[in-house]
Amino acid sequence: MLYERFVGLRSELVRNLVERGAVRRFAGAIADPSPLCVDEGAAARSRYGRIVAPPTFPRTFNYVRIEGLELPPAGLIHGEFRIAYERPLLVDEELLCRMELKASYDKQSRRGLLGLLAFERTGEGLQGESVFTANASVVITEALRRGIEV
Amino acid sequence: MIEALSWAVVDELEGHTLPPVIRMRLITYAGASGDFTPIHLVDEAAKEAGLPGIIAPGMLTVATMGLLFFPYLEHGDVKGFRSRFLGMVSLGDVLRVGGRVSGVKEIGQGRLYAFDVYALRGDDTVASGSVEFLVYRG
Repeated sequence: MLYERFVGLRSELVRNLVERGAVRRFAGAIADPSPLCVDEGAAARSRYGRIVAPPTFPRTFNYVRIEGLELPPAGLIHGEFRIAYERPLLVDEELLCRMELKASYDKQSRRGLLGLLAFERTGEGLQGESVFTANASVVITEALRRGIEV
Repeated sequence: MIEALSWAVVDELEGHTLPPVIRMRLITYAGASGDFTPIHLVDEAAKEAGLPGIIAPGMLTVATMGLLFFPYLEHGDVKGFRSRFLGMVSLGDVLRVGGRVSGVKEIGQGRLYAFDVYALRGDDTVASGSVEFLVYRG
């Protein structure tokens, strides 16, 4: 299995701010954003009281690398993505985020021996309460695999 | 006002047909997401990877499916979002996103709806997934 010795390892916690400009740019990049993501007035009048980040926003956060784990710089294929929220993300809040390699497994396919890596990214509030958990898989093709030694 | 938001299983959400994928949108999304993977932006990199041209990031398609729920954020929020990428999205593609209610249950905070969501290019599904959306009580 690829990167087997990294399975179960987590990166250091890193602080991320849900920054107003970043939310506006991210929401604006998705065609037709919700007013609650970009309009201060509409957000202030809403039940949230401030700007809400779109559901896939945690993609923009910084998660430091798992020490020593170097993925190939190009050619990775993204598989499934999922995210679960305890509550919505609001602008100006700070989160502690980290990444973990949850699993690595091989899968024989018509295109050869694929490597699948399952990463989990989490964000918690400053009191340690969970806010979101995102799981994403990365597929390493057979061609790419040849360049990897671990 | 909250009582106004209620769905039944197999109700369809109002779908969206998006403007054609253009390079500027991919550049804007790269800047906003911080993901500058070259096959989404640079023709030569895409060709080198054996692709006919640059392709849109799968996460942009996922974000686009999230649009379906923007009209309802005042009444609830997305608790879960799951997606699989099934096809490549290229420049000029016109996507249509939609969804339908697949389940509903009462939980402590309100009513939790499950939706099947999809992004189509013509008849091809380029991404599909599911969303859990909580409509707050009262």
